[in-house]
Amino acid sequence: MATAIPHTGVHEVHHHETDFWRTYVFSTDHKIIGIQYAVTALFFLFFGFLLMVMMRWQIAHPGQPVPLVGFLLERVLHNAQGASLAPKGIINGDLYNSFGAMHGTIMVFMAIVPLAFAAFGNYVVPLQIGAPDMAFPRVNMASYQAYVLGGLIMFISFFIPDGAAQAGWTSYSPLATSIATNGQTFWLVGMIFLITSSLLGAVNFIATIIQLRAPGMTWMRLPFFVWAQFVTAFLLLLAFPPLEAAGVMQLMDKVAHTSFFLPTGLAVGGQLANVSGGGSPLLWQHLFWFLGHPEVYVLILPAMGIVGEIIANNTRKPLWGYKSLVYSVLTIGFLSFIVWAHHMYLTGMGNRVATFFQTTTMIISIPSVIILTCMFLSLWGGSIRFNTPMLFVMAFLPMFGIGGLTGLPLGFNFSDLHLHDTYYIIAHFHYIVAPGTIFALFAGIYFWFPKITGRMMSEFWGKVHFWSSLIFMNLIFQPMFAQGMAGMLRRMVDGGANYSQAQVPGGLGGLSPHMLDLHRFILYAAILLGLAQIPFIINLFWSINHGVKVNSDNPWQSTTLEWQTPTPPPHGNFAQVPEVHRGPYEYSVPGHSTDFTPQNESEQRIPNPITKPLPA
Amino acid sequence: MDIPYTVQPRPDTGLYNAKVGIWLFLASEVMLFGALFSSYILLRVGAPDGYWPHGWLNVPVGTANTLVLITSSITTVMAWASLKMNQFGRFKFYHACTILFALTFVGIKSYEYHDKFTHYSIKLADGRLADGHLDEKSKDFDLAKKQGKIVIHGHVVNLAAANENLKEELKTIYDPHSAEGKKAKHSKLEFNASEIASMETYGPWHNTYTAIYFTLTGLHALHVIGGAIVISFLWSFGAKMWKTDPERFTNRIEISGLFWHFVDLVWIFLFPVLYLL
Repeated sequence: MATAIPHTGVHEVHHHETDFWRTYVFSTDHKIIGIQYAVTALFFLFFGFLLMVMMRWQIAHPGQPVPLVGFLLERVLHNAQGASLAPKGIINGDLYNSFGAMHGTIMVFMAIVPLAFAAFGNYVVPLQIGAPDMAFPRVNMASYQAYVLGGLIMFISFFIPDGAAQAGWTSYSPLATSIATNGQTFWLVGMIFLITSSLLGAVNFIATIIQLRAPGMTWMRLPFFVWAQFVTAFLLLLAFPPLEAAGVMQLMDKVAHTSFFLPTGLAVGGQLANVSGGGSPLLWQHLFWFLGHPEVYVLILPAMGIVGEIIANNTRKPLWGYKSLVYSVLTIGFLSFIVWAHHMYLTGMGNRVATFFQTTTMIISIPSVIILTCMFLSLWGGSIRFNTPMLFVMAFLPMFGIGGLTGLPLGFNFSDLHLHDTYYIIAHFHYIVAPGTIFALFAGIYFWFPKITGRMMSEFWGKVHFWSSLIFMNLIFQPMFAQGMAGMLRRMVDGGANYSQAQVPGGLGGLSPHMLDLHRFILYAAILLGLAQIPFIINLFWSINHGVKVNSDNPWQSTTLEWQTPTPPPHGNFAQVPEVHRGPYEYSVPGHSTDFTPQNESEQRIPNPITKPLPA
Repeated sequence: MDIPYTVQPRPDTGLYNAKVGIWLFLASEVMLFGALFSSYILLRVGAPDGYWPHGWLNVPVGTANTLVLITSSITTVMAWASLKMNQFGRFKFYHACTILFALTFVGIKSYEYHDKFTHYSIKLADGRLADGHLDEKSKDFDLAKKQGKIVIHGHVVNLAAANENLKEELKTIYDPHSAEGKKAKHSKLEFNASEIASMETYGPWHNTYTAIYFTLTGLHALHVIGGAIVISFLWSFGAKMWKTDPERFTNRIEISGLFWHFVDLVWIFLFPVLYLL
């Protein structure tokens, strides 16, 4: 891996020569920390994917042992009595529930947010604003360490007696604390560490963007990626603490036997629970979704930022509607705090409350559509370069479109009544996060790889990765819309067999054999999607030392500041403090000799050929 | 590598970096305590009539704690002002006062917590409820083995009383300072373990009021302790920065002071909500 500290040869003049541990493990350099976040997050992304494949296999073959890894599950996962949680390699209901809960938790909190916000943000934002590092480098290191600790606690929870948390990533009470295992305690403690990590990171990002912009880098000259990360940081800062409070309360319900979320008269297993009662399960839901909704914007905004950067660069044009984009992200940020109860339409809320949240939910779709439209319009008249990052980003647009549009019937309470907690929901949010956010993150990896390593990733294998991922992701999630509309519910280990027409012949709304057969189709698509990531993983590691070397510090011929540094950028990033003279997307400016002008290039006086003829 | 504006403020914002950082952090803390206060409201509004306690907390003691924290906020400003006026000795004095007040606060809080953990609610086998403070527990006391004795100073409530009387009986527990509540006669009560069906102290598990009380004040106390640790560090080992970089050191005192004011402000909300309303 390329070093952050440039080699100075035999004559070491460096004052801050540090050993391996200080440079690569306990680093305070934002670039190293960004890479650390990326590596850890990609590991968790892979692990969360494996959980999903095992789940999908079990749904398609209820009651049968999982091939290949079944014996491993049987050996490694135990209950408190010492018996296996996966006897004979079969994933039973409780184990399936814990895989499901942890798949969601890992993907959201340990893979996507650290990758989209912390990894890309840490590496790119200080460079793009012309800063030498983050405002608080040691806090940055602390936030990564808190993330690792939280992630470790979550990971270890699989291997404790009785396994990991089982009550969904949403961890609803009273179920979450009524299950008599310790997985939930580990989940709550892990969440507290993860939330702390995000809070520290958010403070750092906002302070950095406010205080450390280079001279001339005004707010409206910031690359759209920086704006997106700025709003994301505010969402994390203000929305996570209520979940932290709720997590503390749920932890107290579990270990101190309080009844914050446990109602009076709660019975568990047919017996009256020995708790004081007086609590409210709805309170948990409100506190959870108060974070939960801004959280989904945390998942998408950095991706939109990456999409903006790559579109401008590969169309050789400024982004269309920069001001609209900026005002839209700010609006999304504010509105995302007042829509949360659209996740709670089925809790028995009255019409007035439901109408309020329906209205705000419909309103928030407006800035989202504005952003997507600006991105689409940016393509018009562009001189498009179809490289790998651009392919991923162009696919993002319709994929996010599908995901977003399928959210509309969910925003309305009358249609959500039918669709809530069905496979339709799973399809909706996975379309946004999987061929949405993850595609943008792939694009970002291919795009910024040459700045980090000085080499390009293979274009050919990049395109193989792109087309196969696009096809298989659609094959996985498209059928789920149909399944959901047919009434197939989420979180069922038997895949809905209990509600099938075979089980209840003549019953109204029984799931057809065709709907159940789709599980096998989806399973094959998921396995193929996994296989399609292999060329990417090989490409990523192989290209570090064997990729085509770049012939300049700015191989994509980009205007933004991160490309105006040495490759890779040294500790401190810029030899001298850059001075910014223009906006972030000065591509194809008439009269210029090149089709791009970096933000910090000094002003030159170009005679205007229309008003002043060029000298003969 | 030099990060700009660590000490000198940035001209267009007028702030140095750490100040931006601490204000952002305080914003997140407002959301944290805000969530807990919102939970308090929801739980209290949802409680059935007559079951939300009143007067379980000692108001004079709470008032004393409030004055302790307010004074500590004043001394922390005086400490920062002393540094601004280049008077290191006075800074040391005022900062030490702040730490002492913080410890006093935690001490008084511990006394209040102790009071709750020695206040017993005993469900007797015959259906009545005994409620009072612990006098003594015999050494061989074991509820499961039904052996030993426990002596409390309190009163007994007949939960099986007829409806009109039940409300009055409940008030002796849930509103002990009200007219009906005061009617309860407190005396020394002795019970054998065999007479007791179950018992618990007024800890977080007792009801949602104690749950939210301990969570709110516990989290606040953790912030007091955390702040006190930081202030102690700056008072002791951290103070050597005054010799090498006095402006940066003064800024650190300002930042810790801002955090301390926040901790004080949370208590200003906690005191009326928990003790007075």
